[in-house]
Amino acid sequence: MSQDAAALVVSDIHKRFGEHEVLKGISLEAHKGDVISLIGSSGSGKSTFLRCINLLEVPTSGDIQVHGEKIDFKTDKRGIRVPANNRQVEQMRSRLSMVFQGFNLWSHMTVMENIIEAPVNVLGISKAEAMERAKEHLDRVGLYDRKDYYPAHMSGGQQQRAAIARALAMNPEVMLFDEPTSALDPELVGEVLKVMHGLADEGRTMIVVTHEMAFAKDVSNHVLYLHEGCIEEQGDPKKVFENPSSERMKQFLSPKY
Amino acid sequence: MIESITEIFSNPWTWAHYWDGFVMTVQLVFIALLIGGSLAVPLAIMRTSSNPFINWPVWCFTYVFRGTPLLIQLYLIYYGVTLIDGIQESFWWVILKRAYYPCLIAFALNTAAYTTEIFRGAIEATPRGEIEAAKAYGMSWGKRMKRIVLPSAFRRAIPAYSNEVIFMLHASAIASTVTIIDLLGAARDVYARYYAPFEAFISIGLIYLSLTFAILAVFKQLEKRLLGHLQPR
Repeated sequence: MSQDAAALVVSDIHKRFGEHEVLKGISLEAHKGDVISLIGSSGSGKSTFLRCINLLEVPTSGDIQVHGEKIDFKTDKRGIRVPANNRQVEQMRSRLSMVFQGFNLWSHMTVMENIIEAPVNVLGISKAEAMERAKEHLDRVGLYDRKDYYPAHMSGGQQQRAAIARALAMNPEVMLFDEPTSALDPELVGEVLKVMHGLADEGRTMIVVTHEMAFAKDVSNHVLYLHEGCIEEQGDPKKVFENPSSERMKQFLSPKY
Repeated sequence: MIESITEIFSNPWTWAHYWDGFVMTVQLVFIALLIGGSLAVPLAIMRTSSNPFINWPVWCFTYVFRGTPLLIQLYLIYYGVTLIDGIQESFWWVILKRAYYPCLIAFALNTAAYTTEIFRGAIEATPRGEIEAAKAYGMSWGKRMKRIVLPSAFRRAIPAYSNEVIFMLHASAIASTVTIIDLLGAARDVYARYYAPFEAFISIGLIYLSLTFAILAVFKQLEKRLLGHLQPR
């Protein structure tokens, strides 16, 4: 493993649900500090691809490497490809934290409890230290005064910011965002994007599935446009957005109404 | 009526007998709930398994015990099992020869069956996204169960479980049919001694009623403390 191994290398991911092939060979490489946006219309496979990275979906074929460590797979009795070593997967997941479209905060825990849960029970940090750090992250997303609230008692934007604080608390090598603003009311989108913008400026490595074109264009340093399970176009956001080479990308970007 | 009440309740024997019955009922119900509840946790987890070899035996158990009257289950254990060849010579006889243990076993298994189904429903109602988040943060199956699924399921199960506790308390009255002096057994003795059905059974009814209120009060406190996240702020 070289010192400058990419934070994350995903190569030639295929995913098939029954007869339907959702991902037809997608690769991606993220280095420290990269912000990579995945865009594309619904059903293009971008969320599935993101979920393949931390194995919430197991890819039918293709490899995943986190800091040079390759995930092992095997074939089970029914001939389905599964991870060979659950411990390895858990370890890998603890280094990539995920922010979901539907927030997915643990509803029976307060904001503070949500944030310290995985650091304490997965990473093995002491509760006192985890709370100390959680305070920083909550300040960071502007929610320290809501630390004792339950998720159900907060707005969507607040819940998503709490979820981002939860992700930060893992001190992750790569953060995965799965359409983090898609479930929010339009007036709440801004507060979440602002936090994400700040994280990018800080040099966090992020992979973001998004419909926010302005965010993809201004914040990321690499954009992937997916169409029907293939990468239709990728590259520097300025180039991709201002001068797309593919016809579909042009259509995708043109105003619909 | 007033005379008979004074007569019955001025006799210390009545009070002592009621007290013994009260202790017996509370003890039977409490221990049965404790055993049944502890059995129900692993059984409910097994019941939610997708593996039929794990899921099926538990399904059979809960359907048999929920599908037949508790009285029959008690009779089968108290009258039936004790007649199995050799059991009276085995070490089990120490446990089975008194009515108390067969009764406790029947109650515990019965409440275990109901509680298993209550917990199963609550476990299955865990939002998928929360389990997914637990996975995505590196929790193993065991940690997810212990930290996310069960704590949230137990909380959701509280209201339904409080009903089960009350049903168990009331169902425990059938212990009196196998010679146990529980609350109802004590009332029957008082009735037989004074031939005063109203006095005997109404007084005992009031005790069951107060026990029920006490149980409700405890659960109300529990809900207030543990279900804050489900209530409007």
